[in-house]
This record gives sequence, structure tokens and C-alpha cells, in this order.
Amino acid sequence: MSDFQPHPDLAPPASTVGVIGWLRVNLFSSPMNTLLTLVGLFIIYSLIVPALDWAIFSASWVGTDKNACSHDGACWVFVGQRLDFFIYGFYPKAEYWRINVVFVLLALLIIPQMIENAPYKGYLGWFFLIGFPIIAGILLLGGIFGLEPVPTDKWGGLALTLVISFVGIVAALPIGILLALGRRSEMPVIRTMCVVFIELWRGVPLISVLFMASVMLPLFLPEGTNFNKLLRALIGITMFQSAYMAEVIRGGLQAIPKGQYEAAAALGLGYWKSMGLIILPQALKLVIPGIVNTFIALFKDTTLVLIIGLFDVLQTVASAIVDPAWPEVSTEGFIFAAFVFWVFCFTMSRYSIALERKLHTGHQR
Amino acid sequence: MQNTAPQETTETQKAGIIQMIGVHKWYGEFHVLKDINLLVDQGERIVICGPSGSGKSTLIRCINRLEEHQQGQIIVDSVELTSDLKHIEQIRREVGMCFQHFNLFPHLTVLENLTLAPIWVRKVPKAEAEEIGMKYLERVKIPDQAQKFPGQLSGGQQQRVAIARSLCMNPNIMLFDEPTSALDPEMIKEVLDTMIELAETGMTMICVTHEMGFAKTVANRVIFMDEGQIVEENEPNEFFDNPQHERTKLFLSQILAH
Amino acid sequence: MSDQADKAGTTVAKPPPWNDPFVRSIFFQVVAIGLLGYFFYSIFDNTLSNMAKSGVSTGFAFLTREAGFGILMSLIEYDETHTYGRTFFVGLLNTAIVAFCGIILATILGFVIGIARLSNNWLVSKLATVYIEIIRNIPLLLQIIFWSVAVLQALPDPQNSIKYGESFFLNNRGLFLPKPIFEDGFGLVTIAFLVAIAAIVYIKRWARQRQEQSGDQFPVFLTSVALITGLPLLVFLAMGMPISWEYSALERFSFVGGSNIIPEFMALLWALTMYTAAFIAEIVRSGIQAVSHGQTEAARALGLRNGPTLRLVIIPQAMRVIIPPLTSQYLNLTKNSSLATAIGYPDLVSVFMGTTLNQTGQAVEIVAMTMAVYLTFSLGISAIMNWYNKRVALVER
Ligand SMILES: Nc1ncnc2c1ncn2[C@@H]1O[C@H](COP(=O)(O)OP(=O)(O)O)[C@@H](O)[C@H]1O
Ligand SMILES: [Mg+2]
Repeated sequence: MSDFQPHPDLAPPASTVGVIGWLRVNLFSSPMNTLLTLVGLFIIYSLIVPALDWAIFSASWVGTDKNACSHDGACWVFVGQRLDFFIYGFYPKAEYWRINVVFVLLALLIIPQMIENAPYKGYLGWFFLIGFPIIAGILLLGGIFGLEPVPTDKWGGLALTLVISFVGIVAALPIGILLALGRRSEMPVIRTMCVVFIELWRGVPLISVLFMASVMLPLFLPEGTNFNKLLRALIGITMFQSAYMAEVIRGGLQAIPKGQYEAAAALGLGYWKSMGLIILPQALKLVIPGIVNTFIALFKDTTLVLIIGLFDVLQTVASAIVDPAWPEVSTEGFIFAAFVFWVFCFTMSRYSIALERKLHTGHQR
Repeated sequence: MQNTAPQETTETQKAGIIQMIGVHKWYGEFHVLKDINLLVDQGERIVICGPSGSGKSTLIRCINRLEEHQQGQIIVDSVELTSDLKHIEQIRREVGMCFQHFNLFPHLTVLENLTLAPIWVRKVPKAEAEEIGMKYLERVKIPDQAQKFPGQLSGGQQQRVAIARSLCMNPNIMLFDEPTSALDPEMIKEVLDTMIELAETGMTMICVTHEMGFAKTVANRVIFMDEGQIVEENEPNEFFDNPQHERTKLFLSQILAH
Repeated sequence: MSDQADKAGTTVAKPPPWNDPFVRSIFFQVVAIGLLGYFFYSIFDNTLSNMAKSGVSTGFAFLTREAGFGILMSLIEYDETHTYGRTFFVGLLNTAIVAFCGIILATILGFVIGIARLSNNWLVSKLATVYIEIIRNIPLLLQIIFWSVAVLQALPDPQNSIKYGESFFLNNRGLFLPKPIFEDGFGLVTIAFLVAIAAIVYIKRWARQRQEQSGDQFPVFLTSVALITGLPLLVFLAMGMPISWEYSALERFSFVGGSNIIPEFMALLWALTMYTAAFIAEIVRSGIQAVSHGQTEAARALGLRNGPTLRLVIIPQAMRVIIPPLTSQYLNLTKNSSLATAIGYPDLVSVFMGTTLNQTGQAVEIVAMTMAVYLTFSLGISAIMNWYNKRVALVER
């Protein structure tokens, strides 16, 4: 009996691997492809190269006023000089530390959530949703513990953007859960109410919700009740957001196999116990990527509050670029604001994709 | 017949309807087919077996150019496979293929699945194409399913539709890539029976399968592959009773053990 | 024995009412209705008394009063002397036109970018990815304001317009184009166009019949293109080009004559198109990727060429995945067009919920009317979508 002698592995023909092979396969595999490559190179040459040159290589980075800026490139000096305004709005300078503490706390609470196997993740998560908003609220508003009160019309910039989006998502979560459960309820009245509520908010643009919150809410309440613009906007955003949240959570509830509901019932658990102990923990875990995605949408949508007169990042930028001390810096201002939003949204979307991938593999095993 | 292949001497066609000479293939840096030499005569029925990842699928997919080889020659029906699109089209019309996962078109009915290629490739009138389709559906014994969608059929029925779909193009050669390995045991037989009937018509067949009973009854030759090479080839009885290589023996003992 | 049979056959023992699921459920629902009723009642009551206090009369009578303000752009006849009711329609049409143009352009751009993302050309696919990842992670409002403020307002003033020949002018007042004036005989060109459409419909039917009978195929697409461009063109030339152009011309400080596209419209349309296209591109990509590679291979193995493989196998399957999220993008685009307010494009929200509301103070009526428009549109589209999904599902199984 002869033995099988494996043929040695040979290197592939030179023209199919290495730099040349890569170029051939990816850029020049056919005449059409070569043409596309040339079009792509033209786009890079005529758009991206000049843009990078303007934004980086020819830009002015240091200085204190408009004279430090050359005309060939971007004037980042402007952004540097107004950075405090973009981040803190009209918050009193002496109290910046309070916002900084909130920022640091926020970062400290978020980082463990991103790390696999971080200790006390669950407790930290609950603290993040319940304890942190209270502490942040006290710090930002002041008025007790000897903190000087800062009225909300002084809030602005990135701090305000973060406050609005955070409150929007945290307040919308419980309402969204209730709505999602209601929409799957067997009681027709409850179900109809939830469906109407959800479809109503999802059917109209956020801007009309904000208008409604700012002009109609005062009409709805008994005379004399008067509350500030920020709170009105927050109520509008929360209503709007909870409708979207409800649909995301409903998707998670639908993904839980029927056997889980039956098993919970078989153990003798009532409706609220089986939801709270068995179904929701599983469903919420499934929809975290979806929640992150709605959060990204909400984060971008917070810019709309400028229409009812709040000073979010975009509005601080929009009001700074008309300053006569800095002519022709509008592009720089908007690009800075765009960059801020992009960094946040892009990071979150990567996080959501990574989570989704992890959930996916977790389920297959 | 609408055979458009250039007519060379009939002898070479008969002698080697498929010729693979010194074929090598790489996926990037990975050498997947190594020096494959294979001659298949008209009407021959060949079974290819071997461990998973040994390159069986890659080998038969090279025959209708679903995969491209980088070295050596593949000649099918006297036409050499190069990047020439005309040749590729011509060969794909002559060579039918059945996949492990059927790959029926889910948005078309069974009959539409069958008539699609005759209408668009062979340019047959619709009524005639439907006639052909029904003829082959009868041959695979499911004419009553013609108006259903693939999703409504069982796995075995789907695979038989897939076989009928290939036959509608009137191929000279049929390739099968593990046609029964996605099926439940009770459905394997109905598909194998269909294939045996096809073999009896004298079709040239190359079949990747681990169904040893099928190999014994139908094959003229069994080929064993490992690590991208043909380790040994022999006529079935000799192959099973008297394997030449240690590697083959090991493989056969594993296959027959379960 | 008979006792048991009796029990099983007639009645099951009733639980006490507070444990009876049916009674419970009725109770909860009655409570819910009661709470909701009270909620609406108190809102209604408060609103009435609040409005009475501020001297605003409720009702829709204000719609027939004279508006007294001008609107930057209107597709129907409008000036200060028209009614508030008419401002509603002016805004509605302005929303409709920007949404309509946006949907068409975003669909084209989105499909191009989505397909580019799947291109086997590395550079093209990377450029498409960069576009998508940049555009969809920046707020739309920021993009709208950017194009409006940083780009269009930075254009030169009318004296120093960017020109293309003597007929196209781009400046900070917008884009000025020649306006076509149709002369006698242009009607025939229109007729030729209609005839071409009819012919195409006929040829399509004829080609299918011929294919079914003889198997021969006919290049329907190329013929259609030739017909729809060629026939009107021929008639146009034969009639001695019955069209003339009214050119825009600079008079003192502004342009007169011709047609004008206002910069607010351009900025809004441009931003909406770019933004929505990024989302559509992702939808198209995932739709095409949802069709398994095995489908392409099966078609290839049957000898189908790339064109028919795409047309007969890939696209019909991909469209089933693409169309539902695509329509929801169309809805988003329409709702997003309300961001026009921020740059002063006179859409429904800006004109009606903005100016008209400010002037009349009829908050409840105006907000309700505006929201009703968007709601009607959303629910209408969802109804069509449900119908489509059902139809597609029917065809498939
Ligand atoms: N498209 C591909 N790209 C890279 N490697 C591949 C590809 N297809 C198959 N391979 C590798 O080539 C080897 C042979 O694959 P295949 O022909 O499918 O084996 P078999 O059908 O014998 O199980 C395997 O190791 C597989 O991982
Ligand atoms: Mg295989």
C-alpha cells in the first residue's frame, strides 16, 4: 500500500497576489473598472485634496484674533477662542467646574458599559439611569448645598445638547416600555390607546412637536402654571422619543420565542412578574443596538431646539459666526459643529454595530 | 439540436468531453487545487469524494467557471475556458449544475424557474418552454407542483425541481455538488432515484457525494481528493474493497463508521 | 361518576369577580377610558379659559381673514390680500414641491451610491462608504443651515453673478434660468410625446407576445429610449422649433425676467437629497446583499448573462427588501422638509405654523391642521405599504 504524498503548496502566480495582484483585482480588473478608478481619482484630486489642504495644511491654528488667520486656509483660531461658549453656553465662568464634574462622571459611567466583563456593570447601569440624573440635575441647576443657582436660560452649548439628549432617552425608556407592552396587550381599549399615541407622534415632524410644546402646552395647563422653555422642549422631545422607543422595544418583545412566555406562565408568574423577570430582561438586551440607534437619531435631532430659541451647540455656533469681530468664519464654525456631532454619532454607531454582531454570534451558539 | 459548439472530430469529444490538464488554483495565497489532471469521457459517471475542505466543490465549479483557475487548461466539449465571455456562455449552456442548497429562485413559480433559462438563453417561445418544463417535471415526478412557489415544497422536491431546471437547458454534462447533504434521510432516496434514472439515459455526470451506495450502483469511476489533490481514482468496487492509499482507507473507515 | 360528568359537562366553577380575568380586564379598560376622558376634558377646559382670557376666539373663522403678509415663493397666485386659508395651501404646495423633487433626486443618488458601495472597485466602494459615514452622522439641520449660510449666502451679488453663457446666472439671490415660452405648434410636440408613450406601451405588449410565440427577443428598452426622445424631437424640428426663451437680465441691482429658483429652495433640496441619499444607499446595499450569492451562481450556471441575471433574479428579490424601508425614508424626507423653517424657505410649517400662527394666535387650530397634514400623509403611505407588502407576500408564497 503506497502512501499519499501531499504536493507542496506553491506560491500563486505573481500577477495575482501582492501589490500588483491587489491593484489588478481591485482597481483595474476591466476597462470599466479602470475608468471608475480614474473617476474616483479625479474626485479625490478635485474635492478631497483641496478640502484637506484648506482644513489642515493651509489652516491657521494659533493666535487670538482674526489677524492671526491667513486667507488660504481655515481659521481654527476662531473656534479655539470661542470654544468655551460652544461647550458651556452662557453658564457663569466661575461655575464651569460643575459642568466638568458632570462630564467626567458621565464618561466614568459610560466607559465600563463599553468594556466586556467590567465589574459591577449592572449596578453602574442602574446608577447611570437613576442616580446620575439626580446628581447632574443638582450640580447643573444649583440652589441647594450652597451651590449658586443657575437658571436654565443660561444653559447652552454642548452641555445643553447632552442634557437634552440624555433626558430625552432616559425619560423615554420607561414610557416606551409601557407603550410597547400596551401595544401588545389583549385589552382592546389599552391597545388602541397605545397604537394611537405611538402612530400620532411618529407621523408628525419633531419640529411641529416642539412648536406644539412651546405654544400649546401653556394653553393646556391651568392658568398661572408657568414653566420654562427648556422643560417644555424636554416634554415634547420625551413624548416624541418614547413613541420611537416603544417601536424598538416592541421589536424585542416580538423576538422572544413564545416558549418563554409559556414557561413563565407555567411557573405560576403573573403578568407583571413574568414581564419584569423573564421577558423584559431578555427583550431589552436584544434591543440595545436599536436603542443606541434611536439615541443617535435623537442626538442629531436635538439641534431642532434652536428653532424654539434654545442655545444648543449648533445655535451657539450660528450666533458666534455673525460676530463682526470674526468675519467669514461660518464654514469653520459649521465644520466644527459637524465634527462634534460626527464624533459622537460615529462612535455610537460603531458601538451599536459591534453589539449587534456580538448578540448575533451569542444567539447562534 | 441547438448545439453550437464548434464541431471538431467526434473522437476527441468522445474521448475527453472534459479535460483538465495541470490545473492549479489559488484563493489569494491559499493553494486550493494542486495539479489536477482529469479526463472525463462522454457518458461517463464520476463520483468525487473526500474530506470537507479538500477542494471538491472548487474543482467542479471550475468546470463551468463559477471559479476561475490560474494555471493549466480546462477544455469542455472542445472549448477551452479562458476569460473569453463567449466561451464561458457557451459552456454554461452545455453544462448543468445542481447545488447543495438548491438555489431555486424563490420569487418565481416552479414552472417559471424551469422556463427562465430556455426563454432568455435559448430563446425558446414561451409555450414551447413550458412544454419542455412540464416534460421534465414529469420526469422528476412532480408535475402537479408546477404552479407552486419553491418555498411551498419539501427539500427533496426542491432538489428535484433544481435537477429538472438544469435539464431544461438540454445539457451534455451535469455537475452535482453534494445534492443530498442538505436533505433529511427520507428525502435522499427520491433525489438519488432521480439521479440514477438520469444516469441510465447516458448523461455525462460528475457528482460530489458521500452516498457510497449511489457510487457503487452508478459510477464508472470514483475519485478521492484530499488537500486539493486527486489522491486516487478507481472503478467503484476496486476503490471500496481495495483502496491503494492509507489516506483513502482512513477516510472510508470514517465514512462507513456512521 | 355522574357527578364528575355533570361538572365537566355543564359549568366550570366561577372565580370571585376580582380574580376573574375577564372582569379585571373590563375594569382596567373602564378606568383607562375614564382617565383619558378626564385628561382631555381638563385640557379642553383649560384651553378654552386660557384663550378666552387672552381674547382669542376659537374656531376656524380666521381662515377667511386677509393675511396681509407676503410669501417668498408660491406656486399658486398669492399676495398680501389673500386669506390666511390660502397661506395654508401655499405652504402645503411648497412642502410638496421640495419633497417631490427631493424624493426623486435622493432615490437616484442613493441607488448610485448604494451600488457604488458594492462595487468590486476598491476606490469607488471606499469613496461611497466615506460619503455615507460622513453625511448620515451629521444632523440634517446643520447641513441645511451650512448650505444656506456658508455656501449660498457666500455667493456673489447679482452684479458679479457666476454665469454660464448669457442664460444661466447663479448669485446670492438664487439661480436664474431662461424661461421657455411655447409658441404655436408646440402642442404637436406634446402630442408626439404622448404618441411615443402609447407606442412604447404597444411595443412592449407586442414584444412579449412575439417572444412567447417565436422566442425572439426585441430590444424594448433601447427602442423606448429612441422613441421617447426621437419622436418629439423630430416633430419639434419639423415645426421649426416652436419655442423661445425669455432670458433673465440684470437691471440695476437685480435680475428680471426668466425663471428664478430661490436659494432657500436650493439649499433645502440639496441638503435633503444628500442626507436622505446616504440612508437610501445603505438600504439598497443591504437589499442587494440580502439576495444570497447562490442565486447569482444558479443563474450563471444556467447560462444567464449579467443583465438578465440582475433584471430577472436579483432585482425582483432585492426590491422586496428595499421598498418598505425606502418608503419610510420618503416619509422621513417629507417630514424633514419642515426644517425649512430654520432658513426661511416658506414651507407649510414655516408659513402656516410660523407666520400665520404668530399673527392670529390660533395655536390649537393651526397646530392641529398642520399635524393633520403630516399624519394623513404618513398613514396614507403606511396603508399603501401594507397593501404592497401583502401583494408581494402573495406573489411569493
Ligand atoms: N471563496 C473562497 N475564498 C477563500 N477560500 C475559499 C473560498 N471558497 C473555498 N475556500 C477554501 O478552499 C478550500 C476548499 O473548499 P471547497 O472546495 O468548498 O471544499 P469541499 O467542497 O471539498 O468541502 C477550503 O479550505 C475553503 O475554506
Ligand atoms: Mg463543498
